[in-house]
Amino acid sequence: MEKYLYLEDGTCWRGTACGAPGAVAGELVFNTSMVGYQEALTDPSYTGQLLTFTFPIIGTYGVLPDRNQSTASGCQAVILHTLEATPGPTGVTLDAFLQARNVPGIVGVDTRALTQRIRAHSPLKALLLDAPLTAAFAPVYARLTAAAKEPVRPLRLAQPGGHPHVVVVDFGAKAGIIAQLEAHGCAVSVVPPTTSLAQITALRPDGILLSNGPGDPAAMPTVLPLIRALQQRYPLVGICLGHQLLALANGARTAPLQFGHRGLNHPVTLLASGQTIMTSQNHGYTVVPASLAQTPLVVTAVEANDHTIEGLAHKTRPVFSVQYHPEAAPGPAEARPFFDQFVQLMEVRVTRHA
Amino acid sequence: MPKDQSIHKIMVIGSGPIVIGQAAEFDYSGSQACLSLREEGYQVVLVNSNPATIMTDPEIADAVYLEPLTVPSLTRIIATEHPDALLPTLGGQTGLNLAKALDAAGVLAQYHVRLLGTSLATIEQAEDREAFRQLMHQLHQPVPASRTVHTVEAALAFAATAGYPVIVRPAYTLGGFGGGIAADAAALTTICDRGLRQSPITECLIEKSIAGMKEIEFEVMRDATGTAIAVCCMENLDPVGLHTGDSMVVAPALTLDEVTYQRLRTASLAIVAALDIRGGCNVQLAQAPDSDAYAVIEVNPRVSRSSALASKATGYPIAKIAAKIAVGLSLAEIQNPVTATTFAAFEPALDYVVVKLPRLPFDKFPTAERTLGTQMKATGEVMGIGTTFEEALLKAIASLASDPQAQATLLPTPEPTGAALMQALRQPTEQRLFAIFAAVHQGWTVAQVAAETHIPAFFLGKLAGIWARLAALKQTPMTAAAVQAAQRFGFTQAMLAAAWAQPLAAVAALALPPSYQMVDTCAGEFASATPYFYSTHYPSANESQPLGHSVLVIGSGPIRIGQGVEFDYTTVHCVQALQAMGYHAIIINNNPETVSTDFSVSDRLYFEPLTPEHVLAVAALERPLGAIVQFGGQTAINLTEALVAGGVPILGTDLAGIRQTEDRAAFAALLKSLAIAQPAGATATDRDSATQIAKAVGYPVMVRPSFVLGGRAMAVVQAPADLAAYVQTAIDAAPHQPILIDHAVRGLECEVDLLSDGQQVFIPGIMEHVEGAGVHSGDSLAVMPPQHLTAAQQATIRAIATKIGLAVQAKGMMNVQFVVAEQVYVIDVNPRASRTVPFMSKVTGYPLAKLATRLALGEPLAALGLPTGDLPVPTQVAVKAPVFSFAKLPGLPTALAPEMKSTGETIGIAPTYAAAMQKALVDSYHLTVPQAGQTVLLDATAAAAPAVQQALGTWGLRGVTARAQAKDCWAVVNTATTQTTSSPLNDYALTHGLPLVTATDTLLGVLAALQ
Repeated sequence: MEKYLYLEDGTCWRGTACGAPGAVAGELVFNTSMVGYQEALTDPSYTGQLLTFTFPIIGTYGVLPDRNQSTASGCQAVILHTLEATPGPTGVTLDAFLQARNVPGIVGVDTRALTQRIRAHSPLKALLLDAPLTAAFAPVYARLTAAAKEPVRPLRLAQPGGHPHVVVVDFGAKAGIIAQLEAHGCAVSVVPPTTSLAQITALRPDGILLSNGPGDPAAMPTVLPLIRALQQRYPLVGICLGHQLLALANGARTAPLQFGHRGLNHPVTLLASGQTIMTSQNHGYTVVPASLAQTPLVVTAVEANDHTIEGLAHKTRPVFSVQYHPEAAPGPAEARPFFDQFVQLMEVRVTRHA
Repeated sequence: MPKDQSIHKIMVIGSGPIVIGQAAEFDYSGSQACLSLREEGYQVVLVNSNPATIMTDPEIADAVYLEPLTVPSLTRIIATEHPDALLPTLGGQTGLNLAKALDAAGVLAQYHVRLLGTSLATIEQAEDREAFRQLMHQLHQPVPASRTVHTVEAALAFAATAGYPVIVRPAYTLGGFGGGIAADAAALTTICDRGLRQSPITECLIEKSIAGMKEIEFEVMRDATGTAIAVCCMENLDPVGLHTGDSMVVAPALTLDEVTYQRLRTASLAIVAALDIRGGCNVQLAQAPDSDAYAVIEVNPRVSRSSALASKATGYPIAKIAAKIAVGLSLAEIQNPVTATTFAAFEPALDYVVVKLPRLPFDKFPTAERTLGTQMKATGEVMGIGTTFEEALLKAIASLASDPQAQATLLPTPEPTGAALMQALRQPTEQRLFAIFAAVHQGWTVAQVAAETHIPAFFLGKLAGIWARLAALKQTPMTAAAVQAAQRFGFTQAMLAAAWAQPLAAVAALALPPSYQMVDTCAGEFASATPYFYSTHYPSANESQPLGHSVLVIGSGPIRIGQGVEFDYTTVHCVQALQAMGYHAIIINNNPETVSTDFSVSDRLYFEPLTPEHVLAVAALERPLGAIVQFGGQTAINLTEALVAGGVPILGTDLAGIRQTEDRAAFAALLKSLAIAQPAGATATDRDSATQIAKAVGYPVMVRPSFVLGGRAMAVVQAPADLAAYVQTAIDAAPHQPILIDHAVRGLECEVDLLSDGQQVFIPGIMEHVEGAGVHSGDSLAVMPPQHLTAAQQATIRAIATKIGLAVQAKGMMNVQFVVAEQVYVIDVNPRASRTVPFMSKVTGYPLAKLATRLALGEPLAALGLPTGDLPVPTQVAVKAPVFSFAKLPGLPTALAPEMKSTGETIGIAPTYAAAMQKALVDSYHLTVPQAGQTVLLDATAAAAPAVQQALGTWGLRGVTARAQAKDCWAVVNTATTQTTSSPLNDYALTHGLPLVTATDTLLGVLAALQ
C-alpha cells in the first residue's frame, strides 16, 4: 500500500506503508542512532512527532521484551528507508509491533535527503497520509493534530517505606529513568505534573525528579510554581524537559534549537573534569545561556560541538539537571553517574534530617 | 589540553615490507599520522625499509631513512637525528616490537627519546596473554579460560574443569599447525599429543573454545583526559575462529540489539580506560548468539588493519587523530576534518552500510592449504558501500577481482554439491560466500546453512533473499523495469547480464544511472564538504556535482599477489601531479587499506568497484577531460577498452598502443618490424598445437596465458612429458584465451621503466635481476645500476626500449623486460607503470609517476627538465629484495618460479653492491654476511650442485643435509620444485625463523654480491 509524506514546504515523498494504517500529523524530526530503534520510537518525548531514522536499515533484530520506554506513547509515526522483517526472540517483527502500538509508518523514503531538508528548514510540520493530499496543508494539519489524543499520565505510587523515595514528576517519563532509579536502590513514585505540592509532600519524598517529555517548555508555565516550591524543600534533579523547566522556574529562558539533538553520539563536556562523554539526546529546545545571568543556576556541562547548555546546578540548593539522557535506553552508559550523584544528595539529606 | 611544546622532533617507525597480516594499511595510517604531526608543527623523522610506500616520500617527513628496521640501524639514526620522541604505535607489530627493543636496549634512555602515545607498559599488558587475563579478571571482564600445558594429562585436567570443546594451540608452529578443536577427552588426547610433538618447545595452550560466537570489533579512541569514544563497531559475519582479517565484515553491526551493543561498547571503553590508552585501540569481543554472555578476545593497542577499515567505513581518520592525541591534544579540541565545524570527540553516525570482503591469494596459489582459520591468509581486502546490506555486499563482490564468473553468477566454479558442499560450508575457504549461495541454490534452508557455518541467520537470510531475487530474474524477461528494479535491489550490471545470459551492453542500455551520496561521519546531521562518495541505486538525491576540469584516475583495487601497494603508490603520485598541474583529480578505487582511498588525498574519491559499469557511471557524471589507466596496474589497463567504448578519452598511451603490447601477435609483429629479438614462440589454443609449438621453439619452454596478472598459471616446462598439465592449468586460468609458448632463454634478466611523450624517451636506469629468467621479476632480487652488464649491452637495452616506446607512441610510463644472453631479447612489455616504479623513483630521485602524469596530459618530455644524453653513473647502489609470506601459507610451493609469490619488498641503498645487498637482505631474507664455519641446510638437489658447493666453499660455509646438525645455521636452501611450506625442510626453517632461500640463483647471487 502506498503512503504519502507531505511537508509544509510543499514537498511530497511517496513510499510504502508500514505499521498501522491511518493519517497523522506532527513535527518532522530525525534521529541518527544506529541501534535502539525500539527504545526510540517508544520514547514519550517523541509524542506528536514524526520520527525519521537516518540509519537506513531498521528492524534488523526484531522487537525485544522489556525495551519499551512507555506502554502506549511515543512517536506519532516512523519514516524509514528500509524495514527489515526479522522476528525478535519472541517472534515479533518491528512491523507487527508498530501495528500493535497503532504507529503508522512509511518505508522507501530517501531519508538522507529528508534529513538534510529537516536540517535546513527545521521546525518542519508534516503529514503522513494514506492517500494523496487533496486539500490545503494547514487545515489538514490542524485537524489531525487536534485529533491526536493527549497521553494519560497515570499515578503510580511506590511501596511505602522504601528509601530513598523519589517522586518523579511525569511529563512523559521514559521507562529507562524509572529503571535506573530502581537499579540505584530508589523507591519510585510517579505523579502527573498536575499534582499539587501538598499531594507530593504527603508522599514524604527524599528527592524529586523532573522527567523528560515532549513539547515546548515555555508553553508549560503553570508547572513552574510547583517546581520552585519543590526545589526549596527537596533535593531535585531534572532530565531533558525537566532540565528546561527547572531553568524556567529559576528565571531563565528557553529557545528552540535550529534543529534538534537526537541521537546517541552527542559529546558533552563536563566542566568540572574537562572530560567529554558521549550522551544520548532527544530535544528540540535549549536553555538560553545569557538568560542565566540573574538566576541562581550555573552551567556544569556544554555540548562540545555547538556549546549549548547540557547541565545546570543550583548555587545553593541540592538541585541539578542535565539536558541529555543519563538513563540512556537507548544510548551510551557514560552519563549514568548522574543517578549516583542524585542518590548521594538524598542520602546526605536523609542523614542530616535523621 | 594543549599540545606538548617540549618536543620538536618525532621519530616514526614504519612497518617494513608488506607481509600477510601487515600490509598497506600501515602506509595509510603512517602517512596520515606523519602529516598530522607536521600540521602541528613538529619535525618528523621516518624510518622504513619498504620503498613502495607513500610514507617514505619527501613530502611526508622532514627526514626519510630507507634503512633496515633493526635496533642497530635505528640506533644509528637516533644518534644522528636526536629526536625528542618516538611514536611507536603506527608501524604495526613491527614498529611496536622495535620500540620495545630500543627501550630494552637502553637506546631511548641514552638519547633521551620519550615515547609518545600509549605507554610500553600498557602495550606489554595488552600483548602478554597472562598479564591481559589478570587485568580482565580485575575489571570483571570475561575471558575464555586457558592454560599452558606441557603434557596431555595437564590438558585433560584443565578441560575437565573448563569444559569442552577446547582449542589446542601448539606453541611456535607454522600457522598454528598441529592444533585443533577437541570436543571430548579422546579427541583432546589425540590433538594435544600431536600438538606437543609438533611444538619445538613441547608446549600447547589449551583454551576453552568460543568458536561459533559472533565476533565483534570496536575501534576506540582515548585521550589523556580520559575522554573515550567508540569510532566504529564492526560485526564479522564469520564467527569466532576465523581470523577477522579473513572474515566478511559489516559496519555498523547489524544484529546487535541496543542493550547488547551498549554492553560490549561499555566493556571496550572500560578496557581502554584500564589500559590508559592514549590513541587508538582495537578491542575484539565474542558475543554469544543466543544469550547475554560475551568474552573479550584480545586488544590491539595501536592502529591496525581494522582501524584503517573503520576509518574508511566511517570517514573518521583514526590515525590522524591518534597522532594528535599522542602529542597531548584532547579529542574535544581536535577538529573533525570531515565536517570542519564539529570536533573529534563524537561517535560517527552512518547512514549507509559497508561490507568488507577479504582478498585471498588462492587464485595464484591453487595448491596451498585453502582452509581459513585463526591464521590470517588474505593479502588484501575490498569494501562495498551501499544504503542496504544487499547493495554493499554485491558491490564488494563486484570489487573482488578474483573469479569473474563467480563474481557475476554468485556461484563457485565449479559448483560443489553433496559432501563437497557440506565441506565447503563447514570448513571455510575463500569460496565460502559463494558456497553459501550454492547451498541456497540447492535448496538448503537458512537454518541448515546456519548450523554448518555459524553465520547469523539474519545475514544468511539476506544471502538467501539475494539468491531468490536472482533466481526470479532468470524467469522474467529482461525489461527496463526489471533491470532497474534489480539495480535498486543492489545487483550490478554484470550480475544481471549473467542472469539473463545477455551481453553487458544490453543490460547497460536499459539501466538507470546511480546517484552518489556523501560519507560525512554524521548521517547528514551537519553540513559537510567531504569529497568522499559512493553510489546507490536506491532512489536518492544525487549529492555529487561535477567538479569540472577533472581527470579520472583508475585505482588498482585489492592488494593481491602480483598487484601490490606499488600501484597505490603510483596512483597517489598521479593524483598529486594532476593537482600540481591545476586539474581536479578524481580517484575511483575499492581498497579500504590504502592511501589512495584517503579522501584527503584527491579532490574527490569515489569508493566504487572497478568495473566498466561503475567507472563509466562516474565518468558520465563528472565528464572528466579523460581517464588515466596506466597507474592502477592491470586492473586499470583492463578497463581501457570499456572506457574508450564509453567515450571517455584515455590520457597517456592510447588503446592502440596498449593493444600493440598486450596482444601477443601484434606485439610479436611489432618486434619483428623493429628487428628486436624475442624468444621464439607462438600462440596455442589447445594441447595439440601447444605440443607442436613447444617442439618447434625448443625446450625449456615458458607457458602462460595472455592477459593475466603476475605470472598467474605461468611455468617453465623442461620436457615434453610435463607440457600437458601446464597447458591445462593455463587454459583453466584464462578460458578461451590464447596460451603463449615461448622458448625459455637462459640469461641475465633486466628491466627498465621508461618515460615517453611519443616523440622522445627517457630511461632513468636499468635494473638487473639476480635470478635468471624463469623466476618472476617480482620475486627477484634486483640491483640498480646493473653490476654485470657491459656498456654495450646497456646501450642496446636503452636503444631497444626507446624504439618500442616510440613505436607504440607511449605517453607516460612503460616497462620493458629483457633477457641478455648471446644477444638482448625482449620478453615482456607492460604499457603502464610497473611495480618497480616506487623503487626506481626513490633510487633515482626522479618522481617517475608524477613525470609520467605530465606526459600523459600532453606535456612534452623536453618540458620536464630531465637531463639529456647519458645519465651520470649513480654514486649509490640500490638493491630491491622480495619478501615472502611463506609462514602464513601452509602448502604453498616455495621454489621460485615464473609465477609470482612475494607479497612485499625492501630496499638497501649503500655505496657498494655488497653493502646494499646486505641492507636489503635484513628485512627480507634475513640473511647476514656469512661467517666461516656456519652451516647451510641444503636439499638434495642443491647439495648435489657443484656451483653451490663451490660458492659455499669460498665463504667457508658447511653445506649439510641432515637437520640435526643445524647449529649456527646461516640459511636453509631448498630449491626443490616439489616442496611446499609444509615440507619438512621448509617447515623447519619457518618454525625456527631461519632464512629460507628457494632458488639456486638467489643463493649464488647473494653469496657473490656479499663478497
